[in-house]
Amino acid sequence: MTTDLRPADVTMLRDMVAMLVDRKAPTEIIGAGTKRAIGRPTNVEYLLDLSKLAGIHEYEPNELVLTCGAGTPLWTIESALESNNQQLAFEPMDYGPLLGGPAARGTIGGVLSANLSGPRRFKAGAARDHFLGVQAVSGRGEIFKGGGKVVKNVTGYDMCKLLAGSWGTLALMSEVTIKVLPAPEDTQTLVLHGQNVADAVAAMTLAAQSPHEVSGAAWLPESGETLLRIEGFPESVKARLAAMQALLAGLPGEQSILDAADSQARWQMVRDVEPLQATQEWPVWRISLPPASAPEVWQALMASVGVAGYLDWAGGLLWFAVDPGLADGGAGTIRGVLATNGGGHATLIRGAAGLRSGVAVFPPMSAGLEALQGRIKGNFDPNGILNRGRMAGF
Amino acid sequence: MLRMPEPDAVVLARRVQIAEDLRAMLPADSVIADEHQRRVYESDGLTAYRQLPMIVVLPETTAQVSQVLKYCSENNVKIVPRGAGTSLSGGALPLADGVTLGLGKFKQVLDIDLPNRCAVVQPGVTNLGVTQAVQHLGFYYAPDPSSQIACTIGGNVAENSGGVHCLKYGTTTNNILGLEMVLMDGEVIRIGGKHLDAELYDLMGVICGSEGLLGVITEVTVRILPRPATARALLIGFPSNETAGDCVANIISAGIIPGGMEMMDRPAIHAAEAFVHAGYPLDVEALLIVELDGPKAEVDELIERVRVIAESAGSVSLRISNTEAERESFWAGRKAAFPAVGRISPDYYCMDGTIPRGALAKVLNRMAELSEQYGLRVANVFHAGDGNLHPLILYDANKPGELEAAEDFGADILRLCVEVGGVLTGEHGVGVEKRDLMPEMFTEDDLKHQIRVKCAFDPEQLLNPGKVFPTLHRCAEMGRMHIRAGQMPFPDLPRF
Ligand SMILES: Cc1cc2nc3c(=O)[nH]c(=O)nc-3n(C[C@H](O)[C@H](O)[C@H](O)COP(=O)(O)OP(=O)(O)OC[C@H]3O[C@@H](n4cnc5c(N)ncnc54)[C@H](O)[C@@H]3O)c2cc1C
Repeated sequence: MTTDLRPADVTMLRDMVAMLVDRKAPTEIIGAGTKRAIGRPTNVEYLLDLSKLAGIHEYEPNELVLTCGAGTPLWTIESALESNNQQLAFEPMDYGPLLGGPAARGTIGGVLSANLSGPRRFKAGAARDHFLGVQAVSGRGEIFKGGGKVVKNVTGYDMCKLLAGSWGTLALMSEVTIKVLPAPEDTQTLVLHGQNVADAVAAMTLAAQSPHEVSGAAWLPESGETLLRIEGFPESVKARLAAMQALLAGLPGEQSILDAADSQARWQMVRDVEPLQATQEWPVWRISLPPASAPEVWQALMASVGVAGYLDWAGGLLWFAVDPGLADGGAGTIRGVLATNGGGHATLIRGAAGLRSGVAVFPPMSAGLEALQGRIKGNFDPNGILNRGRMAGF
Repeated sequence: MLRMPEPDAVVLARRVQIAEDLRAMLPADSVIADEHQRRVYESDGLTAYRQLPMIVVLPETTAQVSQVLKYCSENNVKIVPRGAGTSLSGGALPLADGVTLGLGKFKQVLDIDLPNRCAVVQPGVTNLGVTQAVQHLGFYYAPDPSSQIACTIGGNVAENSGGVHCLKYGTTTNNILGLEMVLMDGEVIRIGGKHLDAELYDLMGVICGSEGLLGVITEVTVRILPRPATARALLIGFPSNETAGDCVANIISAGIIPGGMEMMDRPAIHAAEAFVHAGYPLDVEALLIVELDGPKAEVDELIERVRVIAESAGSVSLRISNTEAERESFWAGRKAAFPAVGRISPDYYCMDGTIPRGALAKVLNRMAELSEQYGLRVANVFHAGDGNLHPLILYDANKPGELEAAEDFGADILRLCVEVGGVLTGEHGVGVEKRDLMPEMFTEDDLKHQIRVKCAFDPEQLLNPGKVFPTLHRCAEMGRMHIRAGQMPFPDLPRF
């Protein structure tokens, strides 16, 4: 049985953490709780729910910054931005449906803690690249802040980067400042049909090496489509689309174009891993790899452990489902194939609790790096109360 | 002037022995103990501060760096990493009892990988050297500090350096994929690679901007980008700083993120024009350079949109570049602004705060008052897009008291930046220069959490001590928990 704690402000949060530290009580940290099924299962006594730390505190569209409570729902932020023709350029994805839950429920704190991003990541950066400032309570029960509320800052260590992707294991964020950017006026997608993995990676590479500023490049093997997204001012989109068509004319595959509305729907599908949502029994891996290695890695994995998958980030991201019968969820094969094909790393995003307690959900590291990470964890959370064991041994 | 930590007498007394030990692990010309040759390293870009290093080493391989650090760690000897020594905050200022470890021999571009849009380089390669290695292939490395012909990639990572294009393309941290680094105990770690995103904690993100306090960077994998098809610029004069500031805000709110957007105030315009004759208008209070880059169709369209915005904000002069030569002439004065100011004053002191852009007029007016109060002139160049100010304070170090007055003036400007919601440094780093101002922005607990990161990397605090943090806390002391049982809030919560 767990006890739920729901602090209403940062002082209360600090006092609650101090109490938990004193009791050395293992605690799970949640925003809206949409990603609880990611990571190693843990046994906790308390559940610290940050959803009440919500609300936009400052939003200056002209300064390109927004400050809000970490528990603010993402949709609240996105609708505020939309009314000023702005957006989160890192295009945060939604894990909800992939994990068998409802869509559009996540909080900004969860997005940052998991360092989520979407198809625009390879051009515009990940959540961490837009995370400017933070106030948090560490596992020592102390409030601290890092970063600032302006877009350019190198004062002190970049604590935002440390917390981005730390999955609530170092500190509990109470307030965050993020960089926001203008939304594109127009979006079009060039589709190449009848593509195998080699065709697709060749086309995506050529597109990414061109000066036409492609902001999405994905390959969907089911339909054999390569998608190339072009966004921006209408005149510019038109010119770049024509240039891209000419550039890729010599490559295999019929070309067609998706308009703004169809583009939006299609890229949301790519972003939220829709192709792998339906069969919930399939374990799903998120694999970050050097884009040029994608064909070899895809072929090796499909010939061994795979059942389905697709490429995003111009080949740099492989969403991959494996045979549910495999004892280790394919971990050994996947990590072995990456190691012999230029590196990269794999994280198990969806898997039954039994599987998640048996394999390294997050990528294993060299002993030296793991020890260093462990020292950071130890310095921020000496009693190991925050999401203990979720990411790694500590 | 700032005080540095007291030198360690035991280490100083062993200087000759230490040099001999280092010679045993490095090529003969890689250990510099001779005073005349050490002099070269006594300062960096913050020239008001000088200190002769105890010894200088110039290793050639990662294995040698590792050996040196392991030895120094075992012998309690401090290390100051050094790239090209262009830091403007004293980050590479030597220590009297420290070994300055220069990366000058790490000069190779190891791998250019176009299919993966990246390059692997050694840390001593210059920033411009990276672009030069890939430009014949139509690529470039985006962060472009004004010091790019001299500064090194290792130094750029350590300072998280930016440049005039960083509003659109990001600073160093947004443009690197992988690192090799040697920790103080000699352990070599590799982070990232040719793929995106960290495995676990984003150590690369923390190391970037850590000012040589966490480890010695020995290899960097950088992202390279295809060169934009075109670039054109507008040179726009305004009757006041306020109208120029309005124009910047209106450009951003029209959804336009220019490749570069730079502002100069009247004193900076006059100094630059007198120096390079760029053709700048002299009858304006503020000058804006707005550069649009990208596909030709886009650039042509946006140039037009910016022209309309500028005119409605009250511009009094406006030129649009039609050729590369013209575009470069617009930049010539801005790029020469620092040396231009150097011509009209024996010395100048360059500040680097960032402010919310909305506070620009307030900050410039207050700066004018401070200028009167201190009796020192100030010229402003400004990365207008991202709010990063570079006030240049003019002084004469030979006049008694002027350096101190310039430093006090600078500190007041930085306090003002923090007061209006900004930060102490946008790209030059804290170093020794802003070390003692850190409490203006951070509480004791804020700083302690940063130091706890440091303690995970370098528990004995032998790497670049005396920089960034105003007080040195022993790591053991940082580990203590200050929570008293019995005085706990929520005593009634159930426990299990
Ligand atoms: C005229 C001029 C213009 C400038 N313009 C800009 C600008 O536009 N934008 C900007 O951001 N900066 C600018 N700078 C500041 C400076 O050039 C940058 O901070 C640069 O990145 C420093 O690089 P460096 O190789 O000279 O490093 P150094 O000055 O040698 O060292 C800087 C810091 O990095 C550490 N360091 C260096 N190499 C390593 C390594 N391999 N491993 C670990 N730590 C290391 C040092 O210990 C030190 O703390 C300018 C400086 C000058 C003099």
